Amino acid sequence: MANMVRRHTTSARLWRAGLYTLLIVAALVYLLPLVVMLLTSLKPLDDIRAGGLLSLPSTISFEAWSKAWGSACTGMRCNGMSGYFLNSIAIVVPAVAISSLVGALNGYVLTKWRFRGANLCFALLLFGCFVPFQVVLMPMARTLGWLGLASSTSGLVLVHVVYGIAFTTLFFRNYYVSIPDEMIAAAKLDGAGFWRIFWRILLPVSGPIITVTVIWQFTQIWNDFLFGVSFAGFDSQPVTVALNNMVNTSTGVKEYNVDMAAAMIAALPTLVVYVLAGKYFVRGLTAGSVKG
Amino acid sequence: MPSNVSAPASGERRHRRSLAGHIERVLPRLVVAPSLGVALFFVYGYMLWTFLLSLTNSRMLPQYDFVGFAQYARLFANERWHVAATNLVVFGGLFIVSCLVIGLLLAIFLDQRIRQEGALRTIYLYPMALSLIVTGVVWRWLLNPGLGIQAMVRGWGFEDFTFNWLVDSDMAIYTLVIAAVWQASGFVMALFLAGLRSIDDSLFQAAALDGASLPRIYTRIVLPSLRPVVFSSVMILAHIAIKSFDLVMALTGGGPGYATDLPATFMYAHTFTRGQIGLGSASAIMMLCGVLAILVPYLYSELRGQRHG
Repeated sequence: MANMVRRHTTSARLWRAGLYTLLIVAALVYLLPLVVMLLTSLKPLDDIRAGGLLSLPSTISFEAWSKAWGSACTGMRCNGMSGYFLNSIAIVVPAVAISSLVGALNGYVLTKWRFRGANLCFALLLFGCFVPFQVVLMPMARTLGWLGLASSTSGLVLVHVVYGIAFTTLFFRNYYVSIPDEMIAAAKLDGAGFWRIFWRILLPVSGPIITVTVIWQFTQIWNDFLFGVSFAGFDSQPVTVALNNMVNTSTGVKEYNVDMAAAMIAALPTLVVYVLAGKYFVRGLTAGSVKG
Repeated sequence: MPSNVSAPASGERRHRRSLAGHIERVLPRLVVAPSLGVALFFVYGYMLWTFLLSLTNSRMLPQYDFVGFAQYARLFANERWHVAATNLVVFGGLFIVSCLVIGLLLAIFLDQRIRQEGALRTIYLYPMALSLIVTGVVWRWLLNPGLGIQAMVRGWGFEDFTFNWLVDSDMAIYTLVIAAVWQASGFVMALFLAGLRSIDDSLFQAAALDGASLPRIYTRIVLPSLRPVVFSSVMILAHIAIKSFDLVMALTGGGPGYATDLPATFMYAHTFTRGQIGLGSASAIMMLCGVLAILVPYLYSELRGQRHG
């Protein structure tokens, strides 16, 4: 017996050492691209040409960052990423707010005010999560043209709201299902109506799911490229489209440090949200998948 | 006769209440109606619209003289579409399998009472927060033969080291797999970890008491109970693979030539830059069929499972 326990502990110790080594090596591999991106963005061009992805910069310079922000060329224009960054904010804020609110109301109705056909209604909405957006690109381009919203920020807000509702409804519905119906029934007996119950009973307990939904929608819309490149005009391009244009601009000397600084600028908002509220981000990602 | 006197008043009240009740009854439907309308038009209507376009000879602009399924015939005779469809099978297959294997291993390793588990989990998962454009830009820099990983390893003294997949039209498709797996495998890890945590500990203990070894416990008890997670992971990953567009645009631009075209980039190029709206729409409908081919069996099994459970 003692023999068995000792063998168990030595092999266990080896196993744990191997385990930690493996996990740490994996972590380094996952971190490598971010580290390289950051290092490259802080290096002068001469350092980069000298080679060594992981070599430390000879002098730390934020020149590439300021150029990427203010004066780097994206296609024909040379105003940096700043304008496009603001475009993304102008698209993300209303689109997230509207789609989350609509999703909350839909989730409320589909769980607490169920009518005949509510399930079918939910199923019809849910398919929006799965449709490949390539199927809607051309008709959407035509519709935006007719509405006078082609190449505008408002047009992109509309597109993101329309295709975000499926996800926000799913999130809120799955959350509100778990809130006991007795609470609603009691409030109804007390004479509370549709809106009052929503404001007084459901919204106060919706904190976590609002966070999950807002983070999910923010990440999705900020990171969108397909809608941006298909529907935006020169003045309404989001930051992802501008980044892609900048990297593919082939005039003059290729400034890798500026490219990497621009990529960091485009990535920072979602990275910051992820670091601050990662728990909710994971919950949003797994909400639609583990539960179905 | 007090009841007689109060009758009109109570009747009026009842009437008012029933009006309020009526509004109350339709209000929920009114609230959901706009969303349903939006879905019917912007999802189902558009699917039909694109299908109609795929039956026309539209080029630069949509027009509606129908040519039957001629565009589908053109599509299947199109060399570039064959490359794109084959690429999707290769890319999708490798991407899904690699993500599942890496995600599962990381989740099992992380589930061994690891110190700093939270920090490690954060590191594995952070790529999922990035835009695929950022991922593409970074990996393009890493895989650039002149200054990237190849140059770095050569700089360490391995002069013959070659890693130039990005510019090799036979290998470029695998660079997409590398970048996509880097981005999504942490997500699969999170799904598996959540699945592992929901398995009852007593199952483990019972098996360990019976003298089962750790690998045996995992293959015989844990893996079978993770089946639903595998299922939904495959569903999500396949969906990501079919929709992959951003990554190709940023990492390879579809090149060298059109060696790394995927259906999503094929559709975009033909619809918006090559003035072949009819052909592009036909490719979009094929993508929809691909999604449905995965989704329908999945939903079917989900619903059947619910009915049984």
